[in-house]
Amino acid sequence: MKRTGAQMLLEAFKQENVDTIFGYPGGYVIPIFDELYKEPSIDLVLPRHEQGLVHMADGYARSTGKTGVCLVTSGPGATNTITGLATANYDSVPLVCFSGQVPYNLIGNDAFQEADVVGLTRSVTKHNYIVENRKDLPRIIKEAFYIASTGRPGPVVVDLPIDFIKGIEDDIYPKKVKIDGYKPVINGHPLQIKKAAAKLMEAKKPLFLCGGGVNISNASKEFIELVEKTGVPVVTTLMGIGAIPKDHPLCVGTIGMHGVYPANMSLSNCDLIFSIGCRFSDRITGKLSEFASNAEIIHIDIDTAAISRNVPVSVPIVGDAGSIIQDLIPIVDKCDHSNWMKKITEWEKTYSLKIVKGKKRVSPMEVIDSISDIFPDAIVATDVGQHQMWTAQFYKFKHSRSLLTSGGLGTMGYGLPAALGAQIGNKDKRVICISGDGGIQMNIQELAVAAQKNLPVVIMILNNNYLGMVRQWQQLFFDKNYSGTCLRQTDACPAKCNDYGDHCPPYIPDFVKLATAYNIPGIRVSKQEEIIPTLTKAKEHTKGPILIEFRTEQEANVMPMIPSGGNITEMLLERGE
Amino acid sequence: MKKILSLTVKNHAGVISRISSLFSGKGYSLESLVGGTTPDLGTSDLTLVCETDNNEFDQIKKQLNKLIDVIKVKDLSKGEIVKKELAYIKIDADHKDKQKIISITNAYDGAQITDISYESVIIEIAEDSEKINNFLTLFPDCKNIEIARTGLVAMQLPRK
Repeated sequence: MKRTGAQMLLEAFKQENVDTIFGYPGGYVIPIFDELYKEPSIDLVLPRHEQGLVHMADGYARSTGKTGVCLVTSGPGATNTITGLATANYDSVPLVCFSGQVPYNLIGNDAFQEADVVGLTRSVTKHNYIVENRKDLPRIIKEAFYIASTGRPGPVVVDLPIDFIKGIEDDIYPKKVKIDGYKPVINGHPLQIKKAAAKLMEAKKPLFLCGGGVNISNASKEFIELVEKTGVPVVTTLMGIGAIPKDHPLCVGTIGMHGVYPANMSLSNCDLIFSIGCRFSDRITGKLSEFASNAEIIHIDIDTAAISRNVPVSVPIVGDAGSIIQDLIPIVDKCDHSNWMKKITEWEKTYSLKIVKGKKRVSPMEVIDSISDIFPDAIVATDVGQHQMWTAQFYKFKHSRSLLTSGGLGTMGYGLPAALGAQIGNKDKRVICISGDGGIQMNIQELAVAAQKNLPVVIMILNNNYLGMVRQWQQLFFDKNYSGTCLRQTDACPAKCNDYGDHCPPYIPDFVKLATAYNIPGIRVSKQEEIIPTLTKAKEHTKGPILIEFRTEQEANVMPMIPSGGNITEMLLERGE
Repeated sequence: MKKILSLTVKNHAGVISRISSLFSGKGYSLESLVGGTTPDLGTSDLTLVCETDNNEFDQIKKQLNKLIDVIKVKDLSKGEIVKKELAYIKIDADHKDKQKIISITNAYDGAQITDISYESVIIEIAEDSEKINNFLTLFPDCKNIEIARTGLVAMQLPRK
């Protein structure tokens, strides 16, 4: 059938079952928007900034498991996507991002809104393409969707010169792909799987380490079956949260820099780490030379490059977590780990997470704890910083794909757009955004999307007037030099100030008024007794978005904490406020 | 230590920059990356030399394999291979120096004089990289030496 490149793109969207496109128009993509205008089956969402756009597609993709589709214009449209792409790339989120480009023969001439998109996005994507010939278009689109969603998922950029968007060809969208350099391994090696199972059965103090790969592989159910069959305790990474309910009797908790004490102690003292879908990043290993020095490591991952990269592995298994777990279940049995479990229970008793009550303002931990009680089955998107760690600590996650957070890149500004994307993809679920006063301002313009699309997202801002996580580091390791972290500071303030109180300038912006400007109801919570009634009210508000600003304790700290590069057993436990 | 890889890659623009930016982005040291296009096959073979240790080398191979345009990564550090690098060396020389340069060149394996002009000679040498390095130390008195090197190309011998 004879059609333009834009029409071919629409055909591809239909064949790939795309129901939503996050798009921002510009000169070189108008023909594609023109086709979308005529296509009622695809919901075109218009975010207000391309960074928000990619995060929105990312939230949609993480929460649904489907591939998120982005469409931006050339030049600044494409360069604005980079933070979003890098965020998705780090956390293995399937996205396909189409960018407009100047006519192919003008590339390199510094035409208006030209940017070397392939060069710029190369290191923040799984793969990228520039279409060099109209004939290649269907194959490239097919490959882009295939590469983004298979193996270790990730973002793929397709740069579309306008002449190929307009160019007419008689072609069809291919049903199959064949890419010589790309053959993701699904099934694990049977002998390695047997070896791993045998080691698991022999170990005296085994521990499952569950990473984000279990969520990505949709293997939560099988993973829980494996855990229950063997009776082996589990710790999760930040990205592995939700793969097993936090209140599962065998779930010890989350490890890492702000992980819980018993989880970090178990990881450090076990004799076998059976890890599935995790990267052993610096945030979980702490000082590498002292990491789990008595443990053998079994590492299952779909990405060969993640294996033996940071820690030596004795049994590597390359493949899909779900497939390998299914192979493991029939060949493992229950083992008696009563002494080991007793030890873990002791650690649990030694130090458990504590809610520090608020003094002048509300306790951020209490806020998260109450959110967890009132919205127990929500999809939760966060920004990055203290509120993110408190959410990981105090929200009792039960479901896979229910925590959307920028774990790898640590991108502030992720939370709000990701929550909106998740709500767009999950019309029947409650989505909440937990953000800080710093992070929310990085993509606050997306409130317009929440309002205009009537998305019933509950937007919670934990406002401590500081860039809290950096302030915490400054308090603990930089002599309380609050350099560049106070969000109330004006030119009238003393240049050096680590103090706060009634003498401080008012906080800007007034989030409640700002919400009103977007036609979103806003509530401010300043007292402890207001937390639960306000959250209950928000729960009943299902017609559209609602914003709640919690005025939280200004110098509350996230504890426990492993100082950067330290041994994971040397946790700071006291809050130090 | 020096490691040699042979890469079979898709034959299109941008492959070389994908590989070199992988090295710069991850902080690996890339000594040379050599190859030309073979338009009929749709693929090219590149020879890559890097300075690394065993652990990092494993990671380099895995990262290269992850590149979608890289079809095959072959480790040439083990087993029997043929390898050679080509260098052109131009040395400014008067009549007396020329005599000396010519006799050294004639005595050195793989080296030959390709051009002589009034004020300089050009030597062509196709040899192992170390032998070329060694050859370059043989002219300590000469000033104004210009060198053009290709980097190493290598191929595995068809023996087990």
